[in-house]
Amino acid sequence: MIINREQVEHVALLARLDLSEEEIMLYTDQLNAILDYVGLLDQLDTSQAEAMAHILPLSNVFRADQVRPPLAVEDALANAPDRKGEYFRVPRIV
Amino acid sequence: MSELRETGLRQLADLLRRREISPRELLFDCRQQIDLIEPQVRAFVTLALERAEQQAVDAEARLRTAVEPSPLAGIPMALKDNICTQGLTTTCSSRILEQFRPPYDATVTARLAEAGAILTGKTNLDEFAMGSSTENSGLFTTRNPWDPDRVPGGSSGGSAAAVAAGEVFFALGSDTGGSIRQPAAYCGVVGMKPTYGRVSRYGLVAYASSLDQIGPITRTVADCALVLQTICGWDPLDSTSAPLEVPDFTEFLNQPIRGLRIGVPREYMGQGIDPSVIHAVRSALTKLEGLGAEWEETELPHTRYGLPTYYLLATAEASSNLARYDGVKYGLRAEGGRDVIAMSRMTRSEGFGAEVKRRIMLGTYALSSGYYDAYYLKALRARSLIKQDFDQALQRFDLLLSPTTPTVAFKFGEKADPLAMYMNDICTIPVNLAGLPSISIPCGFAEGLPIGLQLIGRPFDEGTLLRVANQYQQHTGWHQQRPPMCRKEG
Amino acid sequence: MSRARFEVIIGLEVHAELKTQTKIFCSCPTAFGAAPNSQTCPICLGLPGVLPVLNQRVVEFAIKTGLALNCPIAPFSKFDRKNYYYPDLPKNYQISQYDLPICGRGWLDIEIEGAKKRVGITRVHMEEDAGKLVHQGETIGQAEYSMVDYNRTGVPLIEIVSEPDLRTPDEARAYMEALKAILEYLDVSDCRMEQGSLRCDANISLRPVGSQKLGTKTEIKNLNSFRSLQRALEFEIRRQAELLEEGESIIQETRSWDEGKAVTTSLRSKEEAHDYRYFPDPDLTPLVIDRQWVEEIRASLPELPEARRRRFELEYQLPPYDAQILTNSRATADYFEACAREFRDYKAISNWIMGELTRLLNAEGLELAQSRVTPPRLVEMLKLMAAGVISSKLAKTVFEEMFATGKPAPAIVEEKGLVQITDESALEQLIDSILTAHPQVVQDVRNGKEKAMAFLVGQAMKQTRGKASPDIVNRLLREKISG
Repeated sequence: MIINREQVEHVALLARLDLSEEEIMLYTDQLNAILDYVGLLDQLDTSQAEAMAHILPLSNVFRADQVRPPLAVEDALANAPDRKGEYFRVPRIV
Repeated sequence: MSELRETGLRQLADLLRRREISPRELLFDCRQQIDLIEPQVRAFVTLALERAEQQAVDAEARLRTAVEPSPLAGIPMALKDNICTQGLTTTCSSRILEQFRPPYDATVTARLAEAGAILTGKTNLDEFAMGSSTENSGLFTTRNPWDPDRVPGGSSGGSAAAVAAGEVFFALGSDTGGSIRQPAAYCGVVGMKPTYGRVSRYGLVAYASSLDQIGPITRTVADCALVLQTICGWDPLDSTSAPLEVPDFTEFLNQPIRGLRIGVPREYMGQGIDPSVIHAVRSALTKLEGLGAEWEETELPHTRYGLPTYYLLATAEASSNLARYDGVKYGLRAEGGRDVIAMSRMTRSEGFGAEVKRRIMLGTYALSSGYYDAYYLKALRARSLIKQDFDQALQRFDLLLSPTTPTVAFKFGEKADPLAMYMNDICTIPVNLAGLPSISIPCGFAEGLPIGLQLIGRPFDEGTLLRVANQYQQHTGWHQQRPPMCRKEG
Repeated sequence: MSRARFEVIIGLEVHAELKTQTKIFCSCPTAFGAAPNSQTCPICLGLPGVLPVLNQRVVEFAIKTGLALNCPIAPFSKFDRKNYYYPDLPKNYQISQYDLPICGRGWLDIEIEGAKKRVGITRVHMEEDAGKLVHQGETIGQAEYSMVDYNRTGVPLIEIVSEPDLRTPDEARAYMEALKAILEYLDVSDCRMEQGSLRCDANISLRPVGSQKLGTKTEIKNLNSFRSLQRALEFEIRRQAELLEEGESIIQETRSWDEGKAVTTSLRSKEEAHDYRYFPDPDLTPLVIDRQWVEEIRASLPELPEARRRRFELEYQLPPYDAQILTNSRATADYFEACAREFRDYKAISNWIMGELTRLLNAEGLELAQSRVTPPRLVEMLKLMAAGVISSKLAKTVFEEMFATGKPAPAIVEEKGLVQITDESALEQLIDSILTAHPQVVQDVRNGKEKAMAFLVGQAMKQTRGKASPDIVNRLLREKISG
């Protein structure tokens, strides 16, 4: 077992997912199988390899500091699940 | 009218310009086919036919007045439903975005609209582009026009099916690990993933940012060149888009291929690939040899690390890209949560399907404290080794050739185990890791189901791929065959 | 006191909003005070499908700041995603910099009780701001719901982290003031703590004097002014000292300063501590900063506060105290020099700025830029004083009128008939009458009582309603009394 149930629950918490008991069990099994397969990478010596975070050799992509018209407020709020006046509204935060 | 569906885009453009047919007639033809096919195939999440009618009218005006209208003017097409379309729902086939209407167009949406292409609707996909069969769609299943008991492939299953069934003349898909090429192979059509950076990702709902690319799905290679031409090019809204000139891709189509050197990586032709697929690919090689190309076996020694690397990098990026779906600003909001955290957890649990949740968790784990080095960082390093394999091979060869998929389209439910499903992408995934251009074209049949041939090129050398693929198509007839359900037309 | 047993270790994390026209990753305006959600776009709202593109001026401002703080500018830098969930963060990750910040270790000198102290800067990096939450009800804890305004998301920030080199709340304050002055001089930020364009979090720990090991630190947030910073640190020192003396340990946590109750309270949430899962942002390209660009920026740096202060001491022969106060803010220093260009008595200018002008600005809660007494106006008044037209005492009255109405000094003097009486013959008559009226006082003066002199001078001022020239009155009195 590479990842245990507690770890799965912890990861679900970090990822803001509510898992049912069945899901926890199922995902624990499936994640273990996948991580087991992924363990193939342990056989690969990557000590001399560059960590490739970007595939294209681009750098210094910038834009000029010039204002463009923002969205109209109604468009910004158009998909809001809940709103109050011109604000997005959310359930209590604490 | 059905001959129209056999007509290439270039000829259609001529007919339209000469006013021998009109955009509205073309659209009508597509609508008839959609009415006939959709009950069986269900490629579309959203049909926007009234809008399309208006676009057809506009296209007619454009064709009359424009000096040099785009060859895509008046042509009905479809977009995968993870590409943003202003005012038209963009669901990513997920319950979490089922009602979401973007207030903006993706860059490719805008470019096609500017060219005058007609948007008929948005096509089905595996939820958030995560899957290889479209079975993971959170909304409904799309069927393969060649056999309704089989998957169309994924994640761009809807787009591939719509093109294969003649519902539209071309479609766009997105490809992160094979999601254009694999469904193109399963549906017997042409699908291209351009070089990473060729096509703007602005407006493509992100799955894995360093791997995603939008590309065309068409019936022929010639059509592919035309669509590619329109959607390629630097975009100031995408920092990862390449500031490179876009050549005229159509110029490559008819160039002979004598003397071109093709490399065939042995890792793609061995164990795990169906014999019938190998057979079809070898026949294609023979055909290409006959046309003057030379081929040799080559090696991509790190191939087997491709899948594990992908499933760490793609899921890590995805776990971050999908964090925004929390019920706060847009999309689904679950009721009954006592506070915002509870609300978000409920929303995501209700709104995401199982595969999406699995990948989010895998990715979160790979990035988490204590595991970052062993997983994510390790995968970043492995990626450069995989890329190096390709770079070295492509110094000796002008392009590489392989099967697109290990098998033909499988039956629904056949690959229920996640790992078994992931194996479908074994030939396509390494290409995304290397950021290279790649195309899948039909090269044969097994049990009546299409087989795809994959060509992989040097960075930004889509031209050579189009050249070889087109020459092959000029001398074969696989791409002209139609699914049984479409052959009833007189 | 027991506190003397402990050494205090303070480090400050300062966030400054950069005054670029547009946000860091999109072209939305950054102006303060706009109507809610009226300065947003798909990118800063984090809609599906959007991508960030970096504002070049943000990098320029960050490099400027690093150079002014004596930091090396990284030749290779990148952005990383800091992943956490909060409603004011649209993408539920913040684009920030983790292990390759744009600026490395530098330093800032402060003056504390006449001595110079060098405070280390750990790093400076760029990141995007989050939105604003408005809570229904009194506090976040009692609210039934909250409202979100995303105008501020994507506003560019620089984060400046100090080494834990500060040892007292006074030092912390001095550091903040020096840092603010630098940012103002560079013109990279408005530096208004009350508007949130300058924010400060403090890390503080205590350890027994002589110990090498660092104590457990707490982080203090919600500091809205320099005064809050100082008071919060003083409170926290007391709180931690008391706990340590009782043998308790300090819990590593984040605490919030409550200005009303003058206490820090724990913000420890019920959840797990954040695991930010930093990784390089794949949507942005790395930064390769070449030396030429850095040198161009270095050449464009304005005169910084410390250099200006030294120059004020040298060029204007001002005492260090004056030079310090005047150069603390760029606006004040500019104001002084505008006056100094037209008037040579630099000390007088300094006195009036530090004295009356500051007093009246503070009384009205005004900024220097809002003062109706502009440099030319002040100079005008000083010239009148120098010419003896008004006495220094009456000048105060004139100044107050200038400040309130914006009228120039000569007009006020004329209107109110405040021209100083310098006509000696007129004054002589007056003085003679005073001397005659108070013979005993005259005798006292002759006997050496200076206080008596002041009485006589006061009489003269009273009878002329303040307009007599004090110098002339003094001189005439002495002449007449002694001889």
